[in-house]
Amino acid sequence: MIEYIQILGQEVYKILFLLIPILVSVAMVVWLDRRVWGLVQKRRGPNVVGPFGLFQTIADALKYIFKEIIIPASANKVVFILAPIVTMTLALVAWAVIPISEDLVLSDINVGILYLFAVSSLGVYGIIMGGWASNSKYPFLGAIRSAAQMVSYEVSIGIIIINVLLCVGSLNLKDIVLAQKELWYVVPLFPMFVIFFISALAETNRPPFDLPEAEAELVAGYQTEYSGMMYAMFWLGEYANILLMCAMGTILFLGGWLPIIDIYPLNIIPAPFWMIAKILFLFLLFALIKAIVPRYRYDQLMRLGWKIFLPFSLVYLILTASFLFYFDKLPKVGI
Amino acid sequence: MNLGRLFKTIFLVEFISGLYMAIKELFRKSKTINYPFEKGSISPRMRGEHALRRYPNGEERCIACKLCEAVCPAQAITIESTERSDGSRKTTRYDIDMLKCIYCGLCQESCPVDAIVQGPNFEFATETREELYYNKEKLLENGDKWESVLAKNIKLDKPYR
Repeated sequence: MIEYIQILGQEVYKILFLLIPILVSVAMVVWLDRRVWGLVQKRRGPNVVGPFGLFQTIADALKYIFKEIIIPASANKVVFILAPIVTMTLALVAWAVIPISEDLVLSDINVGILYLFAVSSLGVYGIIMGGWASNSKYPFLGAIRSAAQMVSYEVSIGIIIINVLLCVGSLNLKDIVLAQKELWYVVPLFPMFVIFFISALAETNRPPFDLPEAEAELVAGYQTEYSGMMYAMFWLGEYANILLMCAMGTILFLGGWLPIIDIYPLNIIPAPFWMIAKILFLFLLFALIKAIVPRYRYDQLMRLGWKIFLPFSLVYLILTASFLFYFDKLPKVGI
Repeated sequence: MNLGRLFKTIFLVEFISGLYMAIKELFRKSKTINYPFEKGSISPRMRGEHALRRYPNGEERCIACKLCEAVCPAQAITIESTERSDGSRKTTRYDIDMLKCIYCGLCQESCPVDAIVQGPNFEFATETREELYYNKEKLLENGDKWESVLAKNIKLDKPYR
């Protein structure tokens, strides 16, 4: 028992060192999102609270904390309360395996990418639980849409990941990054990167795939009945998920913490900086796309996922495999 | 589907041009202003908060003709008047219910002596409804406060009346 507590004490501070920066960066990223959205539309965006409005999200979070949590009388209370907790926990738990640099990683497990994929797939449960437990029509419809959407796009993301894994020969996220020392996978697998990015938009319910929370039709989708801190948790979880998808894209395609070219002035910049810069670059694309695209119709969404992305990534998978096999470049590990 | 459109669809041409435009707009100046710190320009005809004006010698302009009360489409104005000792007719009560008022400007148009006017002030929100039932004192106070602007605006707008 004492041993257990000792281990807990040794590990907890590590978790805090991971979680607090993530929560702070989620707050900053929400600000960035709103600011970019505003600037593209010739507005100013949040610019009052703190320098450049940086503390806007913290002010919003404080407001949410002091608001009343309303639980509908007909809702299933346990599941209703559990849903935002599940969403946020799953969004944060996945960060455990993300390597910020070669030795800055909470748990360096051998099947990192599978763990990441599994946890991000579970994310849909929070949304379904929230939508279903609300016992109201709009959250229900939003949850159904969300479930269908996330399941469809996860299939193509899975195949894209297999593409990368074929080139690497390892499921360890560190190995995936280190395998890109010569050439980032964004160059040979560029179409896959584009599809991964678009699928990531769909995975995280961002425009143009924000059907689950289409405000014109479904009020706010699965979050309609939520208020106060529970709503804020959905919202934090959503943005943590977006950042996670950006980190995943960075690791799979943009060479993680590796500098752009391995030459003198660039390779003395610390590795975490490169990782963060790349994540921010991808996030900026997320934010810009939010400002320029209209929403997809439901059947268009399904058509894109099943009839275009899935066959295309399968064909590309076969091409990658044939190429690697023909030129004898298959990674040789574990034989 | 013709080939040109297929090409555009596969290579996301329109999407990329849209992204380019968004990035271009990102660095342009915003069209909006920092409202409480910066304010936009206001026309001399601005129909904002009401004010009752005075003559330069301090005498009220209002002669209690009740044209404004009669013309007011929202019936927001209530006037009571009496004859003063010098034989002139003056108001004893001049109330405007700012919550009923639709800010149409008919009262200031109907006024023969430019007594009731709508000034450029639009920031008179209050915390209670009672504060928005304006009486004569409040309106005269407004008039004294905004007189220089009101006089200037009336002068500027004269050629168009």
